[in-house]
Amino acid sequence: MATLTVPATIPPVEEDCEQLRKAFQGWGTNEKLIISILTHRDAAQRRAIRRWYADSYGEELLRALSDEIHGKFEKAVILWTLDPAERDAELANEEARKWHPGGRALVEIACARTPAQLFAARQAYHDRFKRALEEDVAAHVTGDFRKLLVPLVSAYRYDGPEVNTSLAHSEAKILHEKIHKKAYSDDEIIRILATRSKSQLLATFNSYKDQFSHPINKDLKADPKDEFLATLRAIIRCFTCPDRYFEKVIRLALGGMGTDENDLTRVITTRAEVDLKVIKEAYLKRNSVPLERAVAKDTTRDYEDILLALLGAE
Amino acid sequence: MGDEVQQLTRAFSGMGGLGVDESTMVSALAQWRKQPEKRSGFRKAFPDFFKSHSEIDRSREEFMLHLVAEFARFKNLMVLWAMHPWERDARLAHHMVHQAHPAAIVVEVACTRSADELLGARRAYQALFHHSLEEDVAYRAKDKPYCNLLVGLVSAYRYEGPRVNEDVARAEAKALGAAVKRAGGVAGKLVADDEVVRILTTRSKAHLVETFKYYKEIHGRRIEEDLARKDDTLLEAVLCLAAPVKYFSQVMEAGLRDGADNHAKDALTRVAVTRSDADMDDIRAAYQDQFGAKLEDVVAAKAHGHYRDALLSLVGAAGK
Repeated sequence: MATLTVPATIPPVEEDCEQLRKAFQGWGTNEKLIISILTHRDAAQRRAIRRWYADSYGEELLRALSDEIHGKFEKAVILWTLDPAERDAELANEEARKWHPGGRALVEIACARTPAQLFAARQAYHDRFKRALEEDVAAHVTGDFRKLLVPLVSAYRYDGPEVNTSLAHSEAKILHEKIHKKAYSDDEIIRILATRSKSQLLATFNSYKDQFSHPINKDLKADPKDEFLATLRAIIRCFTCPDRYFEKVIRLALGGMGTDENDLTRVITTRAEVDLKVIKEAYLKRNSVPLERAVAKDTTRDYEDILLALLGAE
Repeated sequence: MGDEVQQLTRAFSGMGGLGVDESTMVSALAQWRKQPEKRSGFRKAFPDFFKSHSEIDRSREEFMLHLVAEFARFKNLMVLWAMHPWERDARLAHHMVHQAHPAAIVVEVACTRSADELLGARRAYQALFHHSLEEDVAYRAKDKPYCNLLVGLVSAYRYEGPRVNEDVARAEAKALGAAVKRAGGVAGKLVADDEVVRILTTRSKAHLVETFKYYKEIHGRRIEEDLARKDDTLLEAVLCLAAPVKYFSQVMEAGLRDGADNHAKDALTRVAVTRSDADMDDIRAAYQDQFGAKLEDVVAAKAHGHYRDALLSLVGAAGK
C-alpha cells in the first residue's frame, strides 16, 4: 500500500506551478513549499505540473529546481518528481555507469517491478540516454555479474498466473544441483532466474523448500562475503518477499556508522506510490521503532523533511 | 494426350515447383469427363505419384505428403498474410521453439523487425502461449553454443536512433577481430564468445553498421567472410542486423533453387508476406544485383497456380 496521500481537492495545475515558481524566485528557496506541493501529487499530477510549467515558463521544472537546491535533497526531489519509468531509467544509468558488486538498483528494477514497468523503464532509457539499457549494462558491468544482469534487465516475463508444476519441480532440482556444486554462475541458474515468470519462480522456490527441507536462500549463504551470492539472494527476495527485502535495504542504510543516502532515497522515492506502507509495517515489526523516527534520527533539514513527507508524515 | 498429361502432372507439382495449378486441374475435370481411360493413362505416366501394378495403380505415401504441403502453400500464405504482424511473428517464433525448425527464423524475427515490432511480437507470444519468448528460447536452446546469442537477440530493445559513438564502434570492431582470432575456427566457440554476444545483442543497428565498416578497415576483410562456413547462426545474425535486404534476397534464392527442402520453400511465403509492405522493392533490386535475374521472373517460372499469383502480387514488379 502506498504512503502517498493526495488532498481530496487539489489546486489547479496553474496554481501549483505559480506556487512552485514563487518558491524559488528571489533570495533563498522555500523548500517547505516545494515539498508540501510535490509530495502530495501522484505521478499523473506531477507530469501535468511539469508540462504546464515548461509550456508557460519556457524552462523545465526539474532544471529550475536543480539550480536552486542541491545535494541529497535535490536528488530526492528530482527522483520523486520524475515519472516512475524515467526514475528507473535514471537510477539504472547511474548504477550501470558507476557499477560495483553491491549495487541493487538494477536488481530492483528488473525484479521488483512488473514486466510492463520494466519495459517502460527501457523505453524511457532510450529517450533519455539515446542507448539501450541492456547496452550500457553490458558495456560497464563485467564477468559473472554481466552474465547475470544483462539477461535480467532484458527480460519481458510472462505476467500471468499459469504455472507448470512438474517444470517447477525439475527446475528446483536443477537449481539445487548447481548450487550444491557451487556453480553459482552456471548458465542454468541464470536462465531460470532471468526468464521464468514470477509465478513460475515462486512455484519453483516452493518446490525447492518441499524437496530439500530448507529455503533456497539458505543454500546461497555459503560464503557471507561473496557478492555474487548476495545478488542472487536479493533477486530471489525481490520476487518472494519485496516488503522484507526493502525493509532490509532501509535498515542497513540507516544502521551502523553514517547513512547510505543513495539507498534510502532510492527505496523511499520508488516505493512511496507502491508499497511503502507495508514496508513501514515490516520495519516496525523488525526493529520495534517506527521508520519515521529512525529516518528523523539519521537525517537532517530538507532531506529529512522530504523523506518524512513521502513516508506519509504530516 | 501427351501434352495434356504433362500439363496435369505439372499442375500436381509433379515436375517440381511450388504450389499446385488449380485452374489446370479444374479444366482437366471437364476435359476428361466420361473418359476414365485418360485418367488411367495419366496415372501410368506419373510414376512419382502412382506405382503401377498390373491391374491397379496405387498412390505413393510420400507423394501424398508432398501434395498436402503443396496444396497448403496458398492457404498458408493467405492465413499468414491475414494475421496481425505481431501474432504472425509470435507464431513463427513458436514454431522454431517447439518443433525442430532451424534457429534462423528466430534470428530473422529478432533482428529484422524494429524494436517496437519485436516488443509487439513478444507481447503476442505471451498472450498466445502463456510463456515469455525468451523463456522458451532459453529452454529449447539450453545446451547449444548459440543459446546466449539467441536469448540476447530476442530480448533486445535496441536504441533506434542514428547517434553512434565512433570511438566505441572502432574499439568494438577491434574486439570482434580479437574474438575471431581467439576462436581459431573451432566450431561453436565464436558464437558463444561473451564479447561477440554482448556487441551483437545490445548495440543499435546503426552502431553495428559502423562497427562492421571499421572491421573491414582494420582487418582488411568483411566480417561476413570471417564468419562464413564457421557459424551459420552468427552469420545470419550479422546479415539480418546490418544488411537485411541482402539476407532476404539470399533466402528467396535458396527457396527457389531446384531441390530446395521444405524449410527453404516455406521461407518464400514467410519473406513475401512479412516484407511485402516493408522493403520488398529493395529486396527485388538486391536479388537482381546478386543473382542476375528478376525475382518475379524466377517466381513465375517455378511456382504454380494461386500460390504463384499470390507470391507475384506480394513480391511486386518493376513499375507496379
